[in-house]
Amino acid sequence: MIPEIGQFSLVLALCLALVQATLPLAGAATGRADWMALARPAAAGQFVFIVIAFATLEYAFLNDDFSVLFVAQHSNSALPAFYKFTAAWGGHEGSMLFWITVLAIWTLAVAAGSRSQPEEFASRVLGVLGIVSAGIIAFALFTSNPFIRLAPTPADGNDLNPLLQDPGMIIHPPTLYVGYVGMAVPFAFAVAALLTGRLDKNWAKWTRPWTVAAWIFLTCGITLGSWWSYYELGWGGWWFWDPVENSSFMPWLLATALLHSLAVTERRGIFKSWTVLLAIAAFSLSLLGTFLTRSGVLVSVHAFAADPTRGLFILGLLAAYSGGPLLLYAFRARSLEAEGGFKLVSREAFLLANNILLVIAAVTVLFGTLSPLIVDALGYGKISVGPPYFDAMFLLPMLPLAVLLGVGMHSIWRTMSGASLLQRLVWPAGIAAALGVTVPLIFYGHASLLTSVASVVGLWVCAAALLDPLRKWVLREGAPLTRAQIGMCLAHFGVGVFILGATFVSAYTVETEVSARAGEHFQVGGYDFLFRGVKPVESANFSAEEGEFEVRKGGRLVTVLASQQRVYRVQQTPTTEAAIDSRIGRDVFVALSKPVGDNAWAARIQVKPLIRFLWLGPLLMALGGIFTVLDRRYRLAIRESTVPSRSAAAPGST
Amino acid sequence: MWRYLIPLALFVVVAAFLLRGLNLHPNEVPSALIGKQIPEFALPTLADADAKIGSQDIAGKIALVNVWATWCIECRHEHGFLITLAKSGMPIYGLNLKDDRPAALGWLASLGNPYVASAFDADGTVALDWGVTAAPETFLIGRDGKVLFKHISPLTAQVWQHDFLPLIQAQCRASDAGCPRLTALAAR
Amino acid sequence: MTRFLTISVAVLLATALHAADDATFDDPALAQRYWGLIREIRCPLCMNESIADSGAPVAADLRREVHRLLVEGKSDDEIKDFMSSRYGDFILYRPRVTPLTYALWGGPFVLVVVGSLVFWRILRARRNQPLGEDEPS
Repeated sequence: MIPEIGQFSLVLALCLALVQATLPLAGAATGRADWMALARPAAAGQFVFIVIAFATLEYAFLNDDFSVLFVAQHSNSALPAFYKFTAAWGGHEGSMLFWITVLAIWTLAVAAGSRSQPEEFASRVLGVLGIVSAGIIAFALFTSNPFIRLAPTPADGNDLNPLLQDPGMIIHPPTLYVGYVGMAVPFAFAVAALLTGRLDKNWAKWTRPWTVAAWIFLTCGITLGSWWSYYELGWGGWWFWDPVENSSFMPWLLATALLHSLAVTERRGIFKSWTVLLAIAAFSLSLLGTFLTRSGVLVSVHAFAADPTRGLFILGLLAAYSGGPLLLYAFRARSLEAEGGFKLVSREAFLLANNILLVIAAVTVLFGTLSPLIVDALGYGKISVGPPYFDAMFLLPMLPLAVLLGVGMHSIWRTMSGASLLQRLVWPAGIAAALGVTVPLIFYGHASLLTSVASVVGLWVCAAALLDPLRKWVLREGAPLTRAQIGMCLAHFGVGVFILGATFVSAYTVETEVSARAGEHFQVGGYDFLFRGVKPVESANFSAEEGEFEVRKGGRLVTVLASQQRVYRVQQTPTTEAAIDSRIGRDVFVALSKPVGDNAWAARIQVKPLIRFLWLGPLLMALGGIFTVLDRRYRLAIRESTVPSRSAAAPGST
Repeated sequence: MWRYLIPLALFVVVAAFLLRGLNLHPNEVPSALIGKQIPEFALPTLADADAKIGSQDIAGKIALVNVWATWCIECRHEHGFLITLAKSGMPIYGLNLKDDRPAALGWLASLGNPYVASAFDADGTVALDWGVTAAPETFLIGRDGKVLFKHISPLTAQVWQHDFLPLIQAQCRASDAGCPRLTALAAR
Repeated sequence: MTRFLTISVAVLLATALHAADDATFDDPALAQRYWGLIREIRCPLCMNESIADSGAPVAADLRREVHRLLVEGKSDDEIKDFMSSRYGDFILYRPRVTPLTYALWGGPFVLVVVGSLVFWRILRARRNQPLGEDEPS
């Protein structure tokens, strides 16, 4: 009964989405206020029914209703309740319903926050969001229905994939989806502006906080995914350039470009084409990611069950949601051109370079990801494009970008003296160069050219980002920093931290594989490992062999690491649970492998310097984003929007 | 004016490849040995550890090489069809992969033996030379000793009809030498 | 396919197979090459994993081969050729530089050149436009 209520709710939501998708847009085109006024109630109603639908799916999971096919495929009575809840997004159908729910939340937020905007524009934004929602709900109902029943009801379910039975499951997919799907908001703003035929500084001011908010979640989502796979998959890697990982990273690159491009449009009223195209492209790449993970077109451990029929449907949606707006752009592009001069040494020029380099990076990743498909489609057989390619090619646009980042942060609008800019930056540059070259050599005794260059660049970005805060807070010079400026410094500092982490982990990780018998010692990366042996361990839904290592440095005990080789009873899949000791300076990583020969176990031991920086950096970026969104000028806009009949162009705001 | 259509044009190109990609199978990697001579090898036979079997025994006729093992559950599914094939006149050689000799011999004794002979590949090095990824896999070898085709997963009648037979018939059209005399079932 | 694979892996684990995953080398330079190589070779059976990261039996066998070939003194290229002659270019994560992949390897460089041209073109146009007035931040 309950699942049927869920399905019916979803159908009602589709109807409301169709209303939201058609009448407000028609109303805006013809000036009918009553039709435009339907947008917000439709969005609210859609939200209610979608939440009901998702709640019924969770109800089915938490009550072990194995008559629902999706529940039977992804759950089990022995599964802890926490994982029964997260299993709702552990498979394709449920995760699509989750996608829809997240979009409904964003739409509701936009509906609530759009009161300061002209009705004609706001109804178009909600109309576009309605079109997106309708398409995805239709996709779910017709090809990926999570409420399909199974007859006869099985006695028990297939269990959730053991790799997903982990606390990371509660935060990584939801955060990522909120970011991913959130790209629909700037997309809707961009398409609405193209439909209205007007794209001005106010438009940029409205769009920017939404973009930053979605970007913050996307940053956190990708970071959580990297961290999660590091400790969950058991081999110590943190990024594999897997097609599914790339699917989330490409929107991130373009979203980063977008939020910077919006700054220019907001300030000078130029770069409108860049901004509109970036907004369309970022969401298109989100959809492309949805396509790649579910159509079977590319091979990935993260991919959902492949189904070309579903792939065709999503491709159709992609054609509509990308092709449509791009065609509209072609017609409206001329009207976006605006005058606004700037010289070579100016913030605009640096942000232009920023746009170009980030787009190059995104296209590089896209091309590398799709190349196996392209080569196969052209009839030239199967090739693989993996980390060796991406690691090398990604640096090509990104190292110059990192260098320019440090400089561009300190540039001013329109024009400035190149000499004064360089003069400001001499000290941070010098310190970065000196430390970047010497510190790795001091600690490790060797450094390749790339390692030295990357260390210098990482330190350079950090130093450049700290320059203004140091000046204002330590030397007490200059005007107080606004929240937006603090956010910028924090986020860019995070970039530098990340670069340092990536450099040191890539260059100086020590790893080895040992055959360990109880009582044996191993020296790895300056630590002594004593293997204490293996003992069996039982848990609710798995049984394991646990191997213990005592870790010592300089004779003193640092920690005891216990790694498990688990076999989950229902699916009978063996999985490795690595044991990790984390400090800010390094991780010590141990993964028990399998028994080899007489009483010995194979184990992989790694010492990974500065690996925490890989995730600390992006968290600082996200924190910087939060500061930016909380800046006074946006709060001013929110305050104004609660006062009825006041338009957005009040004198005190910019 | 036309440059404003560039973004749309780029999108259409990408979408075209994605559409084509829906009909491809990225997981089905064809064998790298097709068109090349079978790898040279010499292994003890399964039945008798002192007897040897090698690439020269297979050459000179059209034959199948089937990779199997007792730990391979899916091998059981194709075993019946292999027996039928063998009875209809198709020479099949076995490559017993990383198996336990007594268990393998017992398996053949109880389920039937479709193989002319089975090579015993204890550690899998010969299988690696053949580009084997798992069991079961079946190779079709031409009479010149070149690999004509490789099929991964259990061999069925449909696969035999659709993939193997046409290749055999193509080779045998010109001359009869080395061709199996296939009777009834398989020769349809 | 994955189902039977995982079952067979479980069976192998249960029977505690003898093959030692011995990744020990006397020469640290060889060890370094080993870890680099096994990250560049794709597991031919898995859903996009290198043989370094995969638990599949064929991955373990291939790691053992890499170890053997390194100890025999083969170069990195020879080891990669060994793999691709048996499993095709599919098994190499670093695509070979052939006429087929010129676009792949050259593409990013071309993009940087094109990007630079785009930058200069836009800048040249903007330089000649009026700068306008400064506004409060």
